[in-house]
Amino acid sequence: MLNLIFINAAYIVAAGLFIFGLKMLGHPASARRGNLLSALGMLIAIVVTLLSEGILTWYWIAISALIGIVIGAAAARLVAMTAMPEMVAVFNGFGGAASLLVAWAALFDSHALFVAITVTLSVIIGGVTFAGSVVAWGKLSEVMASKAIVFNGQRIVNSLLLLALLACAVMFCLEPSAQSPYLYGIIGLALILGVFVVIPIGGADMPVVISLLNSYSGLAACAAGFAINNIILIVAGSLVGAAGIILTNIMCKAMNRSLGNVLFSGFGAVKTAAKVEGEVKPISAGDAYLILEAANSVTFVPGYGMAVAQAQHVVCELGELLEAHGCEVSYAIHPVAGRMPGHMNVLLAEANVSYDQLVEMDDINPRIAAIDVAVVIGANDVVNPSARNDEGSPIYGMPIINVDEAKTVFVLKRSMASGFSGVDNPLFMGPNTRMLFGDAKASISEIISEFKP
Amino acid sequence: MDLTFVYLALILVLAIYLGFELISKVPATLHTPLMSGANAISGITIVGALLAAGSGESTTLATWLGAAAVVFATINVVGGYLVTDRMLGMFRSRTDKSDE
Repeated sequence: MLNLIFINAAYIVAAGLFIFGLKMLGHPASARRGNLLSALGMLIAIVVTLLSEGILTWYWIAISALIGIVIGAAAARLVAMTAMPEMVAVFNGFGGAASLLVAWAALFDSHALFVAITVTLSVIIGGVTFAGSVVAWGKLSEVMASKAIVFNGQRIVNSLLLLALLACAVMFCLEPSAQSPYLYGIIGLALILGVFVVIPIGGADMPVVISLLNSYSGLAACAAGFAINNIILIVAGSLVGAAGIILTNIMCKAMNRSLGNVLFSGFGAVKTAAKVEGEVKPISAGDAYLILEAANSVTFVPGYGMAVAQAQHVVCELGELLEAHGCEVSYAIHPVAGRMPGHMNVLLAEANVSYDQLVEMDDINPRIAAIDVAVVIGANDVVNPSARNDEGSPIYGMPIINVDEAKTVFVLKRSMASGFSGVDNPLFMGPNTRMLFGDAKASISEIISEFKP
Repeated sequence: MDLTFVYLALILVLAIYLGFELISKVPATLHTPLMSGANAISGITIVGALLAAGSGESTTLATWLGAAAVVFATINVVGGYLVTDRMLGMFRSRTDKSDE
Protein backbone atom coordinates (compact mmCIF):
# COMPACT_ATOMS: atom_id res chain seq x y z
CA MET A 1 0.00 0.00 0.00
CA LEU A 2 1.36 3.34 -1.01
CA ASN A 3 0.91 6.48 0.98
CA LEU A 4 -0.64 9.69 -0.24
CA ILE A 5 2.58 11.65 -0.61
CA PHE A 6 4.17 8.98 -2.76
CA ILE A 7 1.06 8.73 -4.92
CA ASN A 8 0.93 12.45 -5.51
CA ALA A 9 4.65 12.53 -6.29
CA ALA A 10 4.05 9.86 -8.93
CA TYR A 11 1.15 11.91 -10.30
CA ILE A 12 3.49 14.86 -10.69
CA VAL A 13 5.92 12.66 -12.65
CA ALA A 14 3.02 11.56 -14.85
CA ALA A 15 1.95 15.17 -15.41
CA GLY A 16 5.55 16.03 -16.35
CA LEU A 17 5.57 13.21 -18.89
CA PHE A 18 2.30 14.44 -20.41
CA ILE A 19 3.73 17.93 -20.75
CA PHE A 20 7.02 16.71 -22.21
CA GLY A 21 5.16 14.37 -24.54
CA LEU A 22 3.03 17.23 -25.86
CA LYS A 23 6.14 19.32 -26.37
CA MET A 24 7.75 16.56 -28.44
CA LEU A 25 4.60 16.41 -30.57
CA GLY A 26 5.76 19.76 -31.92
CA HIS A 27 7.96 18.13 -34.55
CA PRO A 28 7.26 15.13 -36.80
CA ALA A 29 10.67 13.60 -36.06
CA SER A 30 10.15 13.48 -32.28
CA ALA A 31 6.36 13.15 -32.21
CA ARG A 32 6.23 9.37 -31.97
CA ARG A 33 8.55 9.29 -28.97
CA GLY A 34 6.50 12.11 -27.45
CA ASN A 35 3.39 9.99 -27.68
CA LEU A 36 5.21 7.09 -26.04
CA LEU A 37 6.32 9.34 -23.16
CA SER A 38 2.77 10.50 -22.70
CA ALA A 39 1.60 6.86 -22.65
CA LEU A 40 4.29 6.09 -20.06
CA GLY A 41 2.92 8.91 -17.90
CA MET A 42 -0.52 7.37 -18.17
CA LEU A 43 0.83 3.95 -17.21
CA ILE A 44 2.53 5.38 -14.12
CA ALA A 45 -0.65 7.16 -13.06
CA ILE A 46 -2.69 3.97 -13.50
CA VAL A 47 -0.26 1.65 -11.69
CA VAL A 48 0.14 4.00 -8.76
CA THR A 49 -3.62 4.33 -8.45
CA LEU A 50 -4.08 0.56 -8.54
CA LEU A 51 -1.61 0.17 -5.68
CA SER A 52 -3.21 2.86 -3.53
CA GLU A 53 -5.17 2.23 -0.35
CA GLY A 54 -8.43 3.22 -2.02
CA ILE A 55 -8.51 0.03 -4.10
CA LEU A 56 -10.08 -2.82 -2.12
CA THR A 57 -11.22 -5.13 -4.85
CA TRP A 58 -9.74 -5.83 -8.27
CA TYR A 59 -12.62 -7.89 -9.54
CA TRP A 60 -14.64 -5.22 -11.35
CA ILE A 61 -11.53 -3.38 -12.44
CA ALA A 62 -10.10 -6.46 -14.14
CA ILE A 63 -13.28 -7.27 -16.03
CA SER A 64 -14.05 -3.75 -17.23
CA ALA A 65 -10.42 -2.93 -18.08
CA LEU A 66 -10.22 -6.08 -20.18
CA ILE A 67 -13.34 -5.09 -22.12
CA GLY A 68 -11.92 -1.61 -22.65
CA ILE A 69 -8.51 -2.87 -23.79
CA VAL A 70 -10.00 -5.28 -26.34
CA ILE A 71 -12.36 -2.68 -27.82
CA GLY A 72 -9.78 0.12 -27.77
CA ALA A 73 -6.98 -1.93 -29.31
CA ALA A 74 -9.23 -3.39 -32.00
CA ALA A 75 -10.60 0.03 -32.93
CA ALA A 76 -7.12 1.56 -33.11
CA ARG A 77 -5.83 -1.22 -35.34
CA LEU A 78 -8.79 -1.56 -37.67
CA VAL A 79 -9.86 2.03 -38.27
CA ALA A 80 -9.19 3.37 -41.77
CA MET A 81 -7.34 6.67 -41.88
CA THR A 82 -10.24 8.23 -43.77
CA ALA A 83 -12.46 7.32 -40.80
CA MET A 84 -10.15 9.00 -38.27
CA PRO A 85 -12.53 11.93 -37.58
CA GLU A 86 -15.41 9.72 -36.51
CA MET A 87 -13.08 7.59 -34.40
CA VAL A 88 -11.75 10.64 -32.56
CA ALA A 89 -15.33 11.88 -32.17
CA VAL A 90 -16.39 8.63 -30.52
CA PHE A 91 -13.34 8.59 -28.25
CA ASN A 92 -14.08 12.16 -27.17
CA GLY A 93 -17.55 10.99 -26.27
CA PHE A 94 -16.22 8.06 -24.23
CA GLY A 95 -13.95 10.42 -22.31
CA GLY A 96 -16.94 12.59 -21.52
CA ALA A 97 -19.03 9.61 -20.45
CA ALA A 98 -16.25 8.35 -18.18
CA SER A 99 -15.97 11.74 -16.47
CA LEU A 100 -19.73 11.89 -16.00
CA LEU A 101 -19.75 8.47 -14.33
CA VAL A 102 -16.73 9.21 -12.14
CA ALA A 103 -18.28 12.44 -10.91
CA TRP A 104 -21.57 10.64 -10.19
CA ALA A 105 -19.76 7.95 -8.21
CA ALA A 106 -17.95 10.66 -6.21
CA LEU A 107 -21.28 11.52 -4.59
CA PHE A 108 -21.13 8.28 -2.62
CA ASP A 109 -18.09 9.61 -0.76
CA SER A 110 -19.06 13.18 -0.08
CA HIS A 111 -22.08 15.47 -0.15
CA ALA A 112 -20.20 18.71 0.47
CA LEU A 113 -21.40 21.75 -1.47
CA PHE A 114 -18.09 22.13 -3.29
CA VAL A 115 -18.22 18.50 -4.41
CA ALA A 116 -21.83 18.92 -5.49
CA ILE A 117 -20.99 21.94 -7.65
CA THR A 118 -18.01 20.31 -9.34
CA VAL A 119 -19.95 17.08 -9.84
CA THR A 120 -22.72 19.09 -11.49
CA LEU A 121 -20.22 20.76 -13.82
CA SER A 122 -18.57 17.48 -14.68
CA VAL A 123 -21.88 15.74 -15.34
CA ILE A 124 -23.12 18.57 -17.57
CA ILE A 125 -19.91 18.86 -19.61
CA GLY A 126 -19.48 15.09 -19.75
CA GLY A 127 -23.09 14.53 -20.82
CA VAL A 128 -22.99 17.20 -23.53
CA THR A 129 -19.67 15.80 -24.77
CA PHE A 130 -20.97 12.25 -24.90
CA ALA A 131 -24.27 12.97 -26.68
CA GLY A 132 -22.70 15.60 -28.95
CA SER A 133 -19.90 13.23 -29.94
CA VAL A 134 -22.32 10.44 -30.77
CA VAL A 135 -24.22 12.81 -33.09
CA ALA A 136 -20.92 14.02 -34.59
CA TRP A 137 -19.94 10.39 -35.16
CA GLY A 138 -23.30 9.76 -36.84
CA LYS A 139 -22.84 12.71 -39.17
CA LEU A 140 -19.22 11.95 -40.01
CA SER A 141 -19.78 8.27 -40.70
CA GLU A 142 -22.91 9.22 -42.63
CA VAL A 143 -25.11 7.01 -40.48
CA MET A 144 -27.28 10.12 -40.37
CA ALA A 145 -27.57 13.04 -42.83
CA SER A 146 -24.47 15.18 -42.53
CA LYS A 147 -26.17 18.42 -43.42
CA ALA A 148 -27.27 20.94 -40.82
CA ILE A 149 -30.62 20.21 -39.21
CA VAL A 150 -32.23 23.56 -38.50
CA PHE A 151 -35.82 24.17 -37.42
CA ASN A 152 -37.85 27.17 -36.32
CA GLY A 153 -37.46 28.13 -32.71
CA GLN A 154 -34.28 26.12 -32.28
CA ARG A 155 -32.73 28.83 -30.15
CA ILE A 156 -35.81 29.04 -27.95
CA VAL A 157 -35.73 25.27 -27.39
CA ASN A 158 -32.02 25.43 -26.55
CA SER A 159 -32.55 28.32 -24.13
CA LEU A 160 -35.38 26.45 -22.41
CA LEU A 161 -33.19 23.36 -22.12
CA LEU A 162 -30.42 25.46 -20.62
CA LEU A 163 -32.81 27.08 -18.14
CA ALA A 164 -34.20 23.71 -17.06
CA LEU A 165 -30.65 22.43 -16.68
CA LEU A 166 -29.75 25.40 -14.53
CA ALA A 167 -32.82 24.92 -12.36
CA CYS A 168 -32.04 21.24 -11.83
CA ALA A 169 -28.42 22.11 -11.01
CA VAL A 170 -29.46 24.59 -8.32
CA MET A 171 -32.01 22.19 -6.81
CA PHE A 172 -29.44 19.40 -6.82
CA CYS A 173 -26.74 21.49 -5.14
CA LEU A 174 -29.17 22.47 -2.37
CA GLU A 175 -29.64 18.82 -1.49
CA PRO A 176 -26.93 16.71 -3.14
CA SER A 177 -27.30 12.95 -3.24
CA ALA A 178 -26.29 10.22 -5.66
CA GLN A 179 -29.91 9.25 -6.13
CA SER A 180 -31.40 12.73 -6.29
CA PRO A 181 -34.08 13.01 -9.00
CA TYR A 182 -32.51 16.34 -9.91
CA LEU A 183 -29.24 14.56 -10.71
CA TYR A 184 -31.11 12.30 -13.13
CA GLY A 185 -32.67 15.46 -14.53
CA ILE A 186 -29.25 17.03 -15.06
CA ILE A 187 -27.93 13.92 -16.80
CA GLY A 188 -30.96 13.64 -19.07
CA LEU A 189 -31.02 17.33 -19.96
CA ALA A 190 -27.25 17.41 -20.59
CA LEU A 191 -27.58 14.50 -23.03
CA ILE A 192 -30.49 16.18 -24.86
CA LEU A 193 -28.59 19.46 -24.96
CA GLY A 194 -25.56 17.67 -26.46
CA VAL A 195 -27.73 16.36 -29.30
CA PHE A 196 -29.34 19.75 -29.91
CA VAL A 197 -26.02 21.57 -29.91
CA VAL A 198 -24.53 19.41 -32.68
CA ILE A 199 -27.48 18.72 -35.02
CA PRO A 200 -27.60 22.26 -36.48
CA ILE A 201 -23.95 21.99 -37.58
CA GLY A 202 -23.27 20.95 -41.16
CA GLY A 203 -20.72 18.46 -42.44
CA ALA A 204 -18.20 21.08 -43.58
CA ASP A 205 -18.08 22.59 -40.09
CA MET A 206 -17.25 19.28 -38.42
CA PRO A 207 -13.56 20.16 -37.84
CA VAL A 208 -14.71 22.88 -35.46
CA VAL A 209 -17.10 20.58 -33.63
CA ILE A 210 -14.57 17.80 -33.13
CA SER A 211 -12.03 20.29 -31.80
CA LEU A 212 -14.58 21.75 -29.43
CA LEU A 213 -15.75 18.34 -28.18
CA ASN A 214 -12.09 17.41 -27.68
CA SER A 215 -11.75 20.45 -25.48
CA TYR A 216 -14.93 19.56 -23.57
CA SER A 217 -13.72 16.02 -22.87
CA GLY A 218 -10.65 17.55 -21.22
CA LEU A 219 -12.70 20.05 -19.24
CA ALA A 220 -15.02 17.27 -18.06
CA ALA A 221 -12.01 15.33 -16.75
CA CYS A 222 -10.77 18.53 -15.12
CA ALA A 223 -14.11 19.11 -13.33
CA ALA A 224 -14.14 15.47 -12.21
CA GLY A 225 -10.65 16.09 -10.81
CA PHE A 226 -12.02 18.88 -8.61
CA ALA A 227 -14.88 16.62 -7.49
CA ILE A 228 -12.59 13.82 -6.33
CA ASN A 229 -9.77 16.16 -5.30
CA ASN A 230 -7.22 14.66 -7.68
CA ILE A 231 -4.37 16.74 -9.10
CA ILE A 232 -3.52 14.60 -12.11
CA LEU A 233 -7.07 14.84 -13.46
CA ILE A 234 -6.98 18.61 -13.17
CA VAL A 235 -3.60 18.99 -14.89
CA ALA A 236 -4.19 16.50 -17.71
CA GLY A 237 -7.78 17.65 -18.20
CA SER A 238 -6.85 21.30 -18.54
CA LEU A 239 -3.98 20.49 -20.95
CA VAL A 240 -6.49 18.75 -23.20
CA GLY A 241 -9.03 21.53 -22.71
CA ALA A 242 -6.45 24.09 -23.84
CA ALA A 243 -5.44 21.95 -26.85
CA GLY A 244 -9.04 21.68 -28.01
CA ILE A 245 -9.67 25.40 -27.63
CA ILE A 246 -6.59 26.30 -29.69
CA LEU A 247 -7.57 23.91 -32.48
CA THR A 248 -11.14 25.23 -32.42
CA ASN A 249 -9.81 28.73 -32.80
CA ILE A 250 -7.52 27.76 -35.70
CA MET A 251 -10.41 26.05 -37.49
CA CYS A 252 -12.72 29.04 -37.04
CA LYS A 253 -10.07 31.42 -38.37
CA ALA A 254 -9.50 29.15 -41.37
CA MET A 255 -13.18 29.54 -42.22
CA ASN A 256 -13.32 33.21 -41.29
CA ARG A 257 -16.23 32.58 -38.97
CA SER A 258 -16.75 33.15 -35.29
CA LEU A 259 -17.38 30.20 -33.03
CA GLY A 260 -20.88 31.52 -32.34
CA ASN A 261 -21.60 31.63 -36.06
CA VAL A 262 -20.51 28.01 -36.51
CA LEU A 263 -22.47 26.78 -33.51
CA PHE A 264 -25.73 28.63 -33.94
CA SER A 265 -26.35 29.02 -37.65
CA GLY A 266 -26.23 26.34 -40.28
CA PHE A 267 -24.15 27.50 -43.23
CA GLY A 268 -26.77 29.38 -45.23
CA ALA A 269 -25.97 30.58 -48.73
CA VAL A 270 -28.28 33.52 -48.13
CA LYS A 271 -26.25 36.34 -49.62
CA THR A 272 -26.45 36.81 -53.34
CA ALA A 273 -23.03 36.21 -54.77
CA ALA A 274 -22.10 37.71 -58.13
CA LYS A 275 -23.15 35.27 -60.83
CA VAL A 276 -20.09 33.67 -62.29
CA GLU A 277 -19.93 33.73 -66.06
CA GLY A 278 -17.26 32.58 -68.40
CA GLU A 279 -16.05 29.70 -70.42
CA VAL A 280 -14.95 26.41 -68.98
CA LYS A 281 -11.92 24.99 -70.77
CA PRO A 282 -11.69 21.21 -70.49
CA ILE A 283 -8.44 19.33 -70.99
CA SER A 284 -7.69 15.69 -71.72
CA ALA A 285 -5.42 13.54 -69.54
CA GLY A 286 -2.99 13.30 -72.48
CA ASP A 287 -2.64 17.09 -72.75
CA ALA A 288 -2.39 17.39 -68.98
CA TYR A 289 0.51 14.95 -69.10
CA LEU A 290 2.36 17.07 -71.69
CA ILE A 291 2.07 20.18 -69.50
CA LEU A 292 3.05 18.36 -66.30
CA GLU A 293 6.00 16.73 -68.00
CA ALA A 294 7.36 20.15 -68.97
CA ALA A 295 6.73 21.72 -65.54
CA ASN A 296 9.51 22.56 -63.10
CA SER A 297 7.32 22.97 -60.07
CA VAL A 298 4.00 21.35 -59.30
CA THR A 299 1.86 21.74 -56.22
CA PHE A 300 -1.07 19.48 -55.43
CA VAL A 301 -3.99 21.02 -53.58
CA PRO A 302 -6.04 18.16 -52.13
CA GLY A 303 -9.51 18.45 -50.67
CA TYR A 304 -11.78 15.98 -48.99
CA GLY A 305 -12.98 14.89 -52.43
CA MET A 306 -9.57 13.29 -52.97
CA ALA A 307 -10.07 11.12 -49.91
CA VAL A 308 -13.60 10.22 -51.00
CA ALA A 309 -12.26 9.11 -54.40
CA GLN A 310 -9.46 7.22 -52.57
CA ALA A 311 -7.07 8.98 -54.97
CA GLN A 312 -4.28 9.80 -52.47
CA HIS A 313 -2.14 6.79 -53.42
CA VAL A 314 -2.17 7.53 -57.16
CA VAL A 315 -1.56 11.21 -56.44
CA CYS A 316 1.52 10.30 -54.45
CA GLU A 317 2.67 7.98 -57.24
CA LEU A 318 2.31 10.82 -59.76
CA GLY A 319 4.23 13.09 -57.38
CA GLU A 320 7.11 10.61 -57.26
CA LEU A 321 7.17 10.29 -61.07
CA LEU A 322 7.31 14.07 -61.42
CA GLU A 323 10.15 14.26 -58.90
CA ALA A 324 12.04 11.62 -60.84
CA HIS A 325 11.65 14.01 -63.81
CA GLY A 326 13.42 16.73 -61.83
CA CYS A 327 10.25 18.59 -60.95
CA GLU A 328 9.78 20.17 -57.54
CA VAL A 329 6.66 18.70 -55.95
CA SER A 330 4.76 19.96 -52.93
CA TYR A 331 1.35 19.44 -51.38
CA ALA A 332 -0.45 22.59 -50.25
CA ILE A 333 -2.92 21.89 -47.50
CA HIS A 334 -5.66 24.20 -46.31
CA PRO A 335 -6.42 23.95 -42.56
CA VAL A 336 -9.99 22.79 -43.20
CA ALA A 337 -9.18 20.53 -46.16
CA GLY A 338 -10.28 17.37 -44.33
CA ARG A 339 -12.96 16.52 -41.80
CA MET A 340 -10.75 17.29 -38.81
CA PRO A 341 -7.65 19.46 -38.23
CA GLY A 342 -4.65 17.95 -40.01
CA HIS A 343 -6.69 15.11 -41.51
CA MET A 344 -5.38 15.57 -45.05
CA ASN A 345 -1.78 15.41 -43.82
CA VAL A 346 -2.39 12.01 -42.25
CA LEU A 347 -4.02 10.71 -45.45
CA LEU A 348 -1.04 11.85 -47.53
CA ALA A 349 1.45 10.49 -45.01
CA GLU A 350 -0.33 7.15 -45.24
CA ALA A 351 0.08 7.32 -49.04
CA ASN A 352 3.83 7.69 -48.41
CA VAL A 353 4.25 11.44 -48.99
CA SER A 354 7.15 12.64 -46.83
CA TYR A 355 6.25 15.34 -44.31
CA ASP A 356 8.74 17.88 -45.67
CA GLN A 357 6.60 18.06 -48.82
CA LEU A 358 3.46 18.99 -46.88
CA VAL A 359 3.14 22.77 -47.03
CA GLU A 360 0.75 25.00 -45.09
CA MET A 361 -1.43 27.62 -46.76
CA ASP A 362 0.55 30.56 -45.40
CA ASP A 363 3.80 29.12 -46.74
CA ILE A 364 2.62 28.36 -50.26
CA ASN A 365 0.65 31.56 -50.98
CA PRO A 366 3.64 33.96 -51.13
CA ARG A 367 5.37 31.80 -53.72
CA ILE A 368 2.41 30.41 -55.63
CA ALA A 369 2.92 32.77 -58.60
CA ALA A 370 6.18 30.94 -59.33
CA ILE A 371 4.50 27.52 -59.41
CA ASP A 372 4.12 26.13 -62.93
CA VAL A 373 1.13 23.88 -62.30
CA ALA A 374 -1.27 23.76 -59.36
CA VAL A 375 -3.36 20.58 -59.41
CA VAL A 376 -6.61 20.93 -57.46
CA ILE A 377 -8.04 17.55 -56.52
CA GLY A 378 -11.42 17.36 -54.84
CA ALA A 379 -11.08 20.82 -53.30
CA ASN A 380 -13.47 23.64 -54.09
CA ASP A 381 -14.29 26.27 -51.48
CA VAL A 382 -10.72 26.44 -50.14
CA VAL A 383 -9.47 27.57 -53.58
CA ASN A 384 -12.44 29.80 -54.50
CA PRO A 385 -11.18 33.31 -55.43
CA SER A 386 -14.61 34.75 -54.52
CA ALA A 387 -13.45 34.51 -50.92
CA ARG A 388 -10.88 37.14 -51.80
CA ASN A 389 -12.68 39.53 -54.12
CA ASP A 390 -16.46 39.08 -54.08
CA GLU A 391 -17.94 40.80 -51.04
CA GLY A 392 -21.33 39.31 -51.77
CA SER A 393 -20.04 35.75 -51.53
CA PRO A 394 -21.00 33.76 -48.42
CA ILE A 395 -17.40 32.67 -48.06
CA TYR A 396 -15.99 36.20 -48.51
CA GLY A 397 -13.03 36.77 -46.20
CA MET A 398 -12.16 33.11 -45.75
CA PRO A 399 -8.43 32.58 -46.28
CA ILE A 400 -7.84 30.45 -49.37
CA ILE A 401 -4.96 28.91 -51.27
CA ASN A 402 -4.50 31.32 -54.19
CA VAL A 403 -4.15 28.68 -56.91
CA ASP A 404 -5.59 31.12 -59.48
CA GLU A 405 -2.26 32.98 -59.25
CA ALA A 406 -0.25 29.94 -60.33
CA LYS A 407 0.86 29.84 -63.97
CA THR A 408 -1.49 26.98 -64.80
CA VAL A 409 -4.25 25.38 -62.75
CA PHE A 410 -5.69 21.93 -63.31
CA VAL A 411 -8.96 21.25 -61.57
CA LEU A 412 -9.93 17.59 -61.29
CA LYS A 413 -13.65 17.38 -60.92
CA ARG A 414 -16.45 14.96 -61.56
CA SER A 415 -18.85 17.60 -62.95
CA MET A 416 -19.61 21.29 -62.59
CA ALA A 417 -21.54 20.96 -59.30
CA SER A 418 -20.71 23.52 -56.62
CA GLY A 419 -18.92 22.73 -53.36
CA PHE A 420 -20.10 22.11 -49.81
CA SER A 421 -21.22 25.69 -49.30
CA GLY A 422 -23.13 25.67 -52.58
CA VAL A 423 -21.16 28.64 -53.90
CA ASP A 424 -20.14 29.11 -57.54
CA ASN A 425 -16.42 29.02 -58.14
CA PRO A 426 -14.97 31.53 -60.68
CA LEU A 427 -11.70 29.60 -60.57
CA PHE A 428 -13.22 27.10 -63.00
CA MET A 429 -13.61 29.86 -65.63
CA GLY A 430 -10.19 31.41 -64.97
CA PRO A 431 -8.02 32.17 -68.04
CA ASN A 432 -5.25 29.83 -66.84
CA THR A 433 -7.56 27.08 -65.56
CA ARG A 434 -8.05 23.76 -67.34
CA MET A 435 -10.73 21.35 -66.17
CA LEU A 436 -9.94 17.66 -66.15
CA PHE A 437 -13.37 16.08 -65.82
CA GLY A 438 -13.97 12.59 -64.50
CA ASP A 439 -13.16 10.48 -61.46
CA ALA A 440 -9.99 11.90 -59.86
CA LYS A 441 -8.42 8.49 -59.35
CA ALA A 442 -9.06 7.42 -62.95
CA SER A 443 -7.78 10.73 -64.36
CA ILE A 444 -4.54 10.61 -62.36
CA SER A 445 -4.02 6.95 -63.27
CA GLU A 446 -4.37 7.90 -66.92
CA ILE A 447 -1.70 10.59 -66.60
CA ILE A 448 0.56 8.12 -64.81
CA SER A 449 0.18 5.62 -67.63
CA GLU A 450 1.37 8.33 -70.06
CA PHE A 451 4.55 8.66 -68.00
CA LYS A 452 5.28 4.96 -68.36
CA PRO A 453 6.12 4.28 -71.98
CA MET B 1 -13.74 25.24 1.84
CA ASP B 2 -10.09 25.49 2.78
CA LEU B 3 -6.82 26.34 1.07
CA THR B 4 -6.90 23.12 -0.98
CA PHE B 5 -9.27 24.79 -3.41
CA VAL B 6 -6.83 27.66 -3.89
CA TYR B 7 -4.00 25.25 -4.65
CA LEU B 8 -6.14 23.29 -7.09
CA ALA B 9 -7.26 26.48 -8.80
CA LEU B 10 -3.64 27.64 -9.08
CA ILE B 11 -2.67 24.33 -10.67
CA LEU B 12 -5.59 24.70 -13.08
CA VAL B 13 -4.52 28.16 -14.21
CA LEU B 14 -0.89 27.15 -14.69
CA ALA B 15 -1.81 23.97 -16.57
CA ILE B 16 -4.12 25.84 -18.94
CA TYR B 17 -1.41 28.41 -19.63
CA LEU B 18 1.16 25.67 -20.24
CA GLY B 19 -1.30 23.86 -22.51
CA PHE B 20 -1.79 26.98 -24.64
CA GLU B 21 1.97 27.52 -24.92
CA LEU B 22 2.72 23.91 -25.87
CA ILE B 23 -0.11 23.32 -28.30
CA SER B 24 0.26 26.56 -30.23
CA LYS B 25 3.73 25.35 -31.27
CA VAL B 26 2.46 22.15 -32.86
CA PRO B 27 2.48 22.47 -36.68
CA ALA B 28 -0.76 22.00 -38.64
CA THR B 29 0.69 18.83 -40.19
CA LEU B 30 0.43 17.10 -36.82
CA HIS B 31 -2.95 18.37 -35.69
CA THR B 32 -4.76 15.06 -36.13
CA PRO B 33 -2.27 13.02 -34.08
CA LEU B 34 -2.18 15.89 -31.59
CA MET B 35 -5.90 15.65 -31.18
CA SER B 36 -6.01 11.88 -30.80
CA GLY B 37 -3.01 12.04 -28.45
CA ALA B 38 -4.71 14.74 -26.36
CA ASN B 39 -7.80 12.57 -26.45
CA ALA B 40 -5.83 9.70 -24.93
CA ILE B 41 -4.61 12.05 -22.21
CA SER B 42 -8.18 13.04 -21.40
CA GLY B 43 -8.66 9.37 -20.62
CA ILE B 44 -6.87 10.23 -17.35
CA THR B 45 -10.35 10.01 -15.84
CA ILE B 46 -9.42 6.33 -15.65
CA VAL B 47 -7.68 7.15 -12.38
CA GLY B 48 -10.95 8.32 -10.86
CA ALA B 49 -12.77 5.41 -12.48
CA LEU B 50 -10.38 2.85 -10.94
CA LEU B 51 -10.83 4.39 -7.49
CA ALA B 52 -14.61 4.25 -7.87
CA ALA B 53 -14.68 0.70 -9.24
CA GLY B 54 -12.23 -0.63 -6.66
CA SER B 55 -13.72 0.84 -3.51
CA GLY B 56 -15.77 -2.32 -2.96
CA GLU B 57 -17.05 -1.32 0.47
CA SER B 58 -19.49 1.36 -0.56
CA THR B 59 -22.80 1.05 -2.39
CA THR B 60 -23.12 -1.28 -5.34
CA LEU B 61 -24.28 1.56 -7.59
CA ALA B 62 -20.95 3.33 -7.06
CA THR B 63 -19.11 0.18 -8.12
CA TRP B 64 -21.28 -0.17 -11.20
CA LEU B 65 -20.70 3.45 -12.16
CA GLY B 66 -16.99 3.00 -11.61
CA ALA B 67 -16.85 -0.19 -13.66
CA ALA B 68 -18.69 1.45 -16.57
CA ALA B 69 -16.35 4.44 -16.31
CA VAL B 70 -13.33 2.09 -16.42
CA VAL B 71 -14.61 0.56 -19.67
CA PHE B 72 -15.09 3.96 -21.34
CA ALA B 73 -11.83 5.42 -20.05
CA THR B 74 -9.79 2.32 -20.98
CA ILE B 75 -11.09 2.41 -24.55
CA ASN B 76 -10.13 6.07 -24.64
CA VAL B 77 -6.63 5.52 -23.26
CA VAL B 78 -5.67 2.31 -25.08
CA GLY B 79 -7.34 3.21 -28.37
CA GLY B 80 -6.13 6.79 -28.25
CA TYR B 81 -2.45 6.02 -27.71
CA LEU B 82 -2.37 3.11 -30.15
CA VAL B 83 -4.02 4.97 -33.00
CA THR B 84 -1.82 8.02 -32.42
CA ASP B 85 1.25 5.80 -32.58
CA ARG B 86 -0.06 4.18 -35.75
CA MET B 87 -0.55 7.58 -37.38
CA LEU B 88 2.78 9.02 -36.30
CA GLY B 89 4.51 5.93 -37.66
CA MET B 90 3.33 7.00 -41.12
CA PHE B 91 5.00 10.39 -40.98
CA ARG B 92 8.37 10.02 -42.64
CA SER B 93 10.88 12.57 -43.83
CA ARG B 94 12.56 12.42 -47.21
CA THR B 95 15.72 10.99 -45.64
CA ASP B 96 13.76 8.26 -43.84
CA LYS B 97 12.24 7.30 -47.14
CA SER B 98 15.54 7.06 -49.02
CA ASP B 99 16.91 4.85 -46.22
CA GLU B 100 14.37 2.17 -46.98
